[in-house]
Amino acid sequence: MVEDLLASSPGLLNFGIFFLLATVLLLVILGFVTYAILAERKVMGFMQLRQGPNQVGGRWGLLQTVADVLKLLIKEDTIPKSADRPLFILAPVIAFAPAFMVVAVIPFTDKLQFADIGVGLLYYIAISGISTVGIVTGGWASNNKYALLGGMRAAAQMISYEIPLVMSVLGVILLAGSLNLNDIVDAQSSGWYILKQPIGFIIFLVASIAELNRTPFDLPEAESELVAGFHVEYSGFRWAFFMLSEYVYLFAMASLTTVLFLGGWGPLPFMDFIPGAVWFSLKFSLIVFLLIWVRVTLPRLRADQLMEFGWKVLLPVALANIFLTALLKELFNFM
Amino acid sequence: MDLLNSYQNNYLIVFVFLCLGILLPIVALFLGKLLRPHKPEEAKYTTYESGIEPFHDSRIQFNVRYYIFALMFVIFDVETVFLYPWAVAYDKLGIFALIEMLIFVIMLAIGLIYAWKKKVLRWM
Repeated sequence: MVEDLLASSPGLLNFGIFFLLATVLLLVILGFVTYAILAERKVMGFMQLRQGPNQVGGRWGLLQTVADVLKLLIKEDTIPKSADRPLFILAPVIAFAPAFMVVAVIPFTDKLQFADIGVGLLYYIAISGISTVGIVTGGWASNNKYALLGGMRAAAQMISYEIPLVMSVLGVILLAGSLNLNDIVDAQSSGWYILKQPIGFIIFLVASIAELNRTPFDLPEAESELVAGFHVEYSGFRWAFFMLSEYVYLFAMASLTTVLFLGGWGPLPFMDFIPGAVWFSLKFSLIVFLLIWVRVTLPRLRADQLMEFGWKVLLPVALANIFLTALLKELFNFM
Repeated sequence: MDLLNSYQNNYLIVFVFLCLGILLPIVALFLGKLLRPHKPEEAKYTTYESGIEPFHDSRIQFNVRYYIFALMFVIFDVETVFLYPWAVAYDKLGIFALIEMLIFVIMLAIGLIYAWKKKVLRWM
């Protein structure tokens, strides 16, 4: 059915059907964000030997995030008088829209996927870069010293870590010979790229944490020095959209890591009786847990350490990894 | 024809995602407008500055470091633009393209080392 739809000539009907399907995905992602926040708080709580949310919605605090969202929805909306009003309103939209757009190309299973475009990986990287503009816009429009510092730091950090991120996936592209995420998953049926590309995986993981602005790389919103960084002046639902885009990126980045390095929906050997969707969600949850774990374990870096680490360690290692991969591939093709 | 349609449909999906990504904030903020209170008060609209009265404009000159890092970013991002097609077509290009690319990257690496020695990469 879906193949027929894709083969039919694009028109308003197709637009309507895609719109409905994408809305379903949006709701699923919102559900994920709701419970990812709860899971993060709960896991952090247990790791720090405390309970975490345990009042709203039973012992597990199952309705905690729902209550938080409702609170944000009925909060008064204030825009500072000295702020640049149009940009201030626009910034959360610029930050959020790309976060949702990148999810379009991610293949969850061989059946469950939205846009299957040839340059999927490049599309992801290109679109995710736009969010930085939203953050800088928000920081600048607030006309607040903390916000401006946070916005500038966010820009510097995100462009510095974009390069190692982009270069670490080059090894994967070399091995798969394609930018299409489906082809990359198919190419991993003989072995996951985390085994063939261990250096690439580590660089990708570090750079993706920095791109997600999560601890230990959360300098743009370092509470102890910048209060809240670029979103100091934001409140209510405008603030919620910055947070939402952060968690949608968490969803997208964990999915991308699964697809690139953990074989996507592919099963472990001899265990292909378990459906692909289960495999994907297992690997995906593992990555999300890893990100939470890193956040609880490591303290925040200093600004100068952060920049120097990106340029002096990650970039040269990523470059070396590309040529190591290319060379190994050349040698093994000969043999 | 099928291929062309499927190609166009896939980009239509991307467009749908763009529409939804813009619609959700608009709808949510509009719904919020109906629900949230509106009690304007002079003090609420001042800029936050840890409790003291904000003084002079915050849009000051930036440290030049940010600009230099942005320049470095442009150089290396353009490099990746060249590396991507090479990596995709590597199977067909073979060892000769590998050596060519190695020369290209070494030239850029010299630039990186130069910047390093000039202490451009220090954030102070």
